[in-house]
Parts: sequence; C-alpha cells; structure tokens
Amino acid sequence: MSDTNSPGSDQGPGDTAWQEYLTGGGQAGGATAASGEPEGPAAPRRVIGTPSPAASHRMLPPQDDGGTQPPPRELPAGPEDPARAKKAELVVAACFILAGLAGLGFLVAYGIIGVGSIVAVQHSNLALGGTLSIAMLLLGAGATIWVRHLMPDVELTEMRHPMHSTEQEKAAFKETFEEGAETSQFVSRPIVRRSLIAATIPLAVAPIFLLRDMGPLPGTSLDTTVWRKGLRLLVYGTGDPITPAEFSSPGSIISVGPEGYLDDDDAMAKAAVIIIKFRPGEVDYTSQPHPVGGKVVANWSVDNIVAYSKICTHVGCPAALYEQTTHHILCPCHQSTFVATQGAQVIFGPATRPLPQLPIGVDSSGYLIATGPFHEPVGPSFWERS
Amino acid sequence: MSWITARRRHPAATYALVGLVLVLIGLGYTVITNGNAATAASPTSANPAQIAEGRNLFVENCATCHGLYAEGRAGQAPSLIGVGAAAVDFQVSTGRMPAASDSAENIRKPDKFTPAETHALAAYIESIGGGPPIPSAAAVNPAAGTYGLGQQLFVADCAACHNFVGAGGDLTYGKFAPPLTASTPTQIYEAMLTGPEAMPVFNDLTITPQQKRDIITYVTQVRSQPNPGGFSLGRIGPVTEGLVAFLGLLLFLVLAALWITAKHGKAHE
Repeated sequence: MSDTNSPGSDQGPGDTAWQEYLTGGGQAGGATAASGEPEGPAAPRRVIGTPSPAASHRMLPPQDDGGTQPPPRELPAGPEDPARAKKAELVVAACFILAGLAGLGFLVAYGIIGVGSIVAVQHSNLALGGTLSIAMLLLGAGATIWVRHLMPDVELTEMRHPMHSTEQEKAAFKETFEEGAETSQFVSRPIVRRSLIAATIPLAVAPIFLLRDMGPLPGTSLDTTVWRKGLRLLVYGTGDPITPAEFSSPGSIISVGPEGYLDDDDAMAKAAVIIIKFRPGEVDYTSQPHPVGGKVVANWSVDNIVAYSKICTHVGCPAALYEQTTHHILCPCHQSTFVATQGAQVIFGPATRPLPQLPIGVDSSGYLIATGPFHEPVGPSFWERS
Repeated sequence: MSWITARRRHPAATYALVGLVLVLIGLGYTVITNGNAATAASPTSANPAQIAEGRNLFVENCATCHGLYAEGRAGQAPSLIGVGAAAVDFQVSTGRMPAASDSAENIRKPDKFTPAETHALAAYIESIGGGPPIPSAAAVNPAAGTYGLGQQLFVADCAACHNFVGAGGDLTYGKFAPPLTASTPTQIYEAMLTGPEAMPVFNDLTITPQQKRDIITYVTQVRSQPNPGGFSLGRIGPVTEGLVAFLGLLLFLVLAALWITAKHGKAHE
C-alpha cells in the first residue's frame, strides 16, 4: 500500500477496530482503509524531540467528513433518585471529615504522647496505629460509597490497544537517535568517547568494593569460645559459682556462663551453656558420638552433671527447653530435639549435629569449672567450618 | 587419666586426696543439714492426727493408682515416697491430682480438696519419705522480691518453655508448659522446687529461696502489665498475632471486597 497518511491502514483488522473506537466513527476508518483512498491532510513524519507542526499534533487523523455526529452520551446525566443521592453525599462527606479528624488525631497523638517508657510506647503505638487505620478505613469507605451511590452504574468496554509503536514512530526514533549520535560527535571523536567510558569504570565496580563493609571476615573467631580451662561456671542471672553439691537434684537444669564474661553479650552469644543433673546411670557415656582426641567423654562430666552448649547447631537459637522425664532438649525455634543422656544427639528437627559438650570438673574450692574449651565450634554451621 | 597417673605418686597426692574427700564430706553435710533445717520450718509440721487424716484421704482417693503405700505402679503412677509435701501440695492444690485421665499432661482444674485436706495429704506423704516441704507464706511473698532480678532469672531459665511473660508453650508429644497466669505464689515456688511432670528441678541451693521469691515477684507482677489496645492475644507472640491477622483480618478484607464489588441493585433496573 502506498497510503502513508492513515496510520491504521497497514494494520490488521483488530487494529482497525481500535481506530474506529478511538475516532468515534463507525464507518470512517474502516471505509477509507478499505478503499485505499487518501483522506485528510498528509500527516507529516514527526521527529521525536523536535517541535512538531500543529497540524501533526494528533496521533490519529481528524474526522473530516462532517457527517459524523459526536458519539451519543452513554452515561446517565445524574442519579435516578436525587433524595437518596443527597443522603449518600452527606454520608461520604461525613466519612471524609471523620477521616480528616482521625488524621489530625494522628498528628496530635504523635505530638503529645511520649515514648519515655514501655507503657508510653504501647499507648503511642495504639494511638498512632488506631488513628491512622481509622483515617484510611474512612477514606476507603467514603470513596466506595461515593462510587456505589453517586456514580452511575454502567458497564463500559474499552478495546485493547496495540502495544507496539507504528512503523513511522520507529523510523522517526531511529533517525533521531542517529542524528543525535552524529551531532554529538560521540562516534567521530574517539578520545572523548573512550575517556568517558574509562571514567565510568571505577564507578561501575564501586559497589563490589562496598561489599567490604560487610566484613571484617570472622576469621577463626567462630571456631572458639571464651571457655578455657579453669573458668568457673557462673549461674546466669545471679553471677554466683555453683558446686556439684548445690546442683544436686536430679532433673535440674540451669543456664551458666563463663566467669568474667556474663555481661559480655558478644562472648555470651557463643559461650552460653546449660548444665543438667542426672540420676546415676541415666547418662549413656558410651553413646557419646563425638569423643575427641581419644578422650573418654565420661571424664567431661562431674557427678552426673553434664554441660552442653545452649546454642542450637541449626541456626543458633537458645536450645534450653528441657523435659526431665524424657531428657529431651528442645530448640524453640524449629523443634530440633537433642537427647541429653546420649551426648545431645539429634533425634528430630533440622539440626544436623549434637550440641557440643563442655568438659567440666571441680576446682580446689569445690566449684564447677571448665576443664578445657569446647572441642568443636558451637552453634550453626558456617562456610569455613571443618 | 594420664595426668592423674603421672602425679598419683607425688608426695602431696595423699594430702590432696584427703583434702578432696574432706571437702566433699563437708559439702554433703551442709546439704543434709540445710535440708533438715528447711524441713523443720515447714508449715506442715505434722501432728499424728493430721497424718492419720492424710492417710485416710490417700487410701480413698490416691491409692488406686499410686498403690496402698504410695509405692507407685509401673507404667501407671510414680512412687510418692520422698517426693515431699511441696509436690503433693502443688499437684493437689492445682487440681492436677487426682488426675482426670491418663493424658500427656495433667491440666489445671478446680481442686478437689480443701486446703486443710491437702495439707493432711502432704503431711502423710512427708511422713513416709521426707522431701521438700511446703514453703511458708513469708517465703513466697511477692512483695519481698525484686522484679528486675526475677525477670533476669526467669528469662534465663524459665522463659524457654513458659514464655517471657509466663503465657506457657508447647513441648513434645502433647506435653506443654502451662501458662502461669493462675498460679499462686506458693504453687510457683513448689513447682520450681519439685519439678512436676516434665519440668526440671530448681532446688533451693541452685536457685536460692530469695531468688525464687524474685521470680515469683516477676511472674505475679508481669500479669498486671497494661494492654493499651485491650487485646493481649494470650501474649504468646507471633503465633496468635499471625492467626488473628490471618483469620480476622482476612475475613474482614473478604467482606470488604464483597461490599465494594456488590452490585447495586437499584442501578440495574
């Protein structure tokens, strides 16, 4: 087709229908396209980025065949029942006014309710959240009532538009782009082009360097805890050392930490330990799955008291739910279950390793001490863990 | 072992051994005398009439499962010899005993016996095997404890199962750590002392009576924490909050969506 002034002329039947819809004429587009007859002034090629002649301001050809009437109004002029509409109008206005008041309440609450104490924070949260949600809810309710009771309830169909640009627009863009490239001399002045590209390289790789801020790398710090030979086990919460004679009731458990580190949260994050007291014969020392360096693990306990890391080997939650009837240690996060009488072996849950056992003994004053560090890293797996 | 082998012929070894034994004997003696002292201070300082009443109550209500002489039945009920008055008072005053059924966890229910009858039962069980006594009213007075210290201990050793504010939580195979919202100070003390069911024991030497009182102060006072919104949602954390959000808010959103999109009948005439 040689006809270039009708944008829709070389498009499929669906597109023709769209043209009809947008131009509002039932016959204009379809008829002229079918006849191949030129129609209206030729739409000049429009160069993107340049001022366009006023005549080409329309993407669609104007209706020129004067016989086409403006499309009949599809929507009713107003609500059918003015009295009901008036009522709805008041309801909508009331919703919006109350929403506005709630919004003001939010500002006031933010201003006057302090956050100096836990209780004040709770009140502040209630007031801020309450006023904000009331404001949002009333805005939504008002808008919905508006739509349902004031706006006409008719169904309109909008045809699907073609997604792609026309051939003309594509050609225009290509020409503009090439024109710009030529005018800027980006291609003809290689030293400018290359130095600009070189200048952006450091900025492009900068984000990779910023990854360094995620460090420093933990190094070997995950392999060890502060536990070492001779450190007393202090009861967490009281800070008192404890003797086997005090910790004497079978079925007991208590959280302990290393002497001198109870207030050091960084150290305690790895060094938290639970000690459990068993009845004679309950602990199966032979089943300990991780005798290290030929040591007999029974030597790691004192008087049927066994010390395990409190840090779950799955993702590091404090595993301290102890059932003295079943000797199960549970982790509250993902229900990993360890058997305290069998070297804290895993019998359920996502943990893959037993809780590391801390070798303990008694010092000259009779208090429980560590007789060495943990023999393996505590807590969850990490990349370099051997 | 090699460390000991290498040094056991050392001249000082004998003295070290003697010293160690003396320390152990001394510690053991301390424990025993402490226990006796505490027993003497028990409010159930029993008289024969009370023990006899307790014996009768025991035979009528408890012996079916626990045996005529509290010796227990394998697979059914534990021996009560040596459990002490505190354990009896806890189990009976919380209504857990007599048990309604053989379930994973005996639940709290209205107690079947009067306090006097409960104390008689406790006196009888204490008379046949000793054990931890019922604490005195002063020992469990929440006003005498320190809230902050109690919170530290509670968070370290109790909150894993009972939740940070004592709302309770689940264990394995149907067992659960009960909420502490209805527990009396005496019952809290007795539970720590005796370790009922799956609960571990916290004896008076590990968690001292004063520290137990701090914990009681925390557990009883945290209940009066205000709920500015009016709903505590059981305070068991994200589980209930998520459930309420999912069921409550989702239902609300569905209803709102229905309302928004509902056809307005009049306009379609």
